[in-house]
Amino acid sequence: MADVAVVEPKKEAIKFGKKERALLTDPLDDNNPITVQVLGICSALAVTTGMKNAAVMAVAVVFVCLFANVITSALRKSIPKQVRMIVQLVIIATLVTVVELVLKAYAFESYKQLSVFIGLIITNCIVMGRLEAFAMGNRPYESALDGLGNGIGYGIILLIVAFFREFFGKGEIFGVKIIGAAPEYMINTLESTWFGWYAGNNLMVLFPSAMFVIAVLIWAHRAWNPKLVDIS
Amino acid sequence: MRSTSSVMGFVLVMTTVVSLLLAFLQNGLKSRHDANEALYSKKATLGAIADHLGLDYTKISDQQVEDIFANKIKQFVVKQDGNLVSKEDVAALGYKDGVATSVDMAKEHKKGDDKMLPLYVYTKDDGKKYYILYARGKGLWDEIWGCVALEDDFNTIAGVSFDHKAETPGLGAEIKDNKAWVKQFTGKKIYDGTTFKAVNVRKGGAKDPVYEVDGISGATITGDGVTAMLEDYLVDYEPYLKTLK
Repeated sequence: MADVAVVEPKKEAIKFGKKERALLTDPLDDNNPITVQVLGICSALAVTTGMKNAAVMAVAVVFVCLFANVITSALRKSIPKQVRMIVQLVIIATLVTVVELVLKAYAFESYKQLSVFIGLIITNCIVMGRLEAFAMGNRPYESALDGLGNGIGYGIILLIVAFFREFFGKGEIFGVKIIGAAPEYMINTLESTWFGWYAGNNLMVLFPSAMFVIAVLIWAHRAWNPKLVDIS
Repeated sequence: MRSTSSVMGFVLVMTTVVSLLLAFLQNGLKSRHDANEALYSKKATLGAIADHLGLDYTKISDQQVEDIFANKIKQFVVKQDGNLVSKEDVAALGYKDGVATSVDMAKEHKKGDDKMLPLYVYTKDDGKKYYILYARGKGLWDEIWGCVALEDDFNTIAGVSFDHKAETPGLGAEIKDNKAWVKQFTGKKIYDGTTFKAVNVRKGGAKDPVYEVDGISGATITGDGVTAMLEDYLVDYEPYLKTLK
């Protein structure tokens, strides 16, 4: 058996163990950027009027978070300490501009509706926070998992908030009518009787409702996950 | 700590790489951006006659917009003196194909009295004609613009659609988003006999049922901007429209 080379697992080997899974799943629950860290609230209020916009925003943030983390992590040894924040900002801003240009070319309606909020991903504290707290001190692989986890953790909350706001505000999900006043082209058809009993709650379309929904979500999250309750 | 020159070197390389990357991307996608912008403004133009299109405007497809523009709309470029501008003259100013849809109104707006005005004539299936005029002015933060569709008496408004660059969402931006507010314009008149009156957006609620609409609470200046741009632009079309009567 002497001729069988025993390959020792390298210390820095890429594996997907318990620690790595935690990187990915922690931000979804125990360390959620919105409901636990209360970051990224600004955009969570602004783009959650409809699920379509929330989905586009979530994908954009996942993209920016993932690649900003990987790029920063890959460059972490060569980024001069004196200007590291500026370098991080340039990386984020570049990625956001890429997202903006691509959306403008391939998803123009969403681009028009999200308008300024795409640009505001640059100032989304989640992205910058992960770069400074994680990517500057870890390898690209772990950083990728961390970025992905945080982006998805943000996106899930965004979609949940948008679901409640769109459903109760407009009676729609992803722009498809579920309840509420029958659309004009259906009047006098059999289908119209399915809808009429619910009138859209306009408050849910306005920004304050996002605060209520997020607050209730935080409450529900804490009630469900006892680890988050701070007994002091 | 790294030396200053090595930091400078890093920053220099980084900015060069980033700017090259973005420049290439911007250039590569430019034709798609332009096509999207053009389609968007065509769609906004149709918004003024949304009620007369015979289909659900909120669900209109890109293809339907192009079809309507190709088959049911005739476009002209006119001047304030009442003369039509020929295709060649419009194209000579650098506007593609010399058609009204490619006229850059942000640029023309600055020319004052010498500006070119796009005019779209939509013919409904039953032969009724609608004349879509353009207007542009200042809101609270930046420019606002819109289209006003007139019925064939050149007096009654058949519908409007407004857009803006940077008005406050929920306040000034309501001129675009609040469909009920926009709907108020339908049926208003812009002439009293032969005197030009336009439509006044009145703070505190419309007093006159024919020439005024309710203002938007919290958006007085944007409302005044709408009033001003309608006064400014609609009268410019008068000499040309008179020749059609």
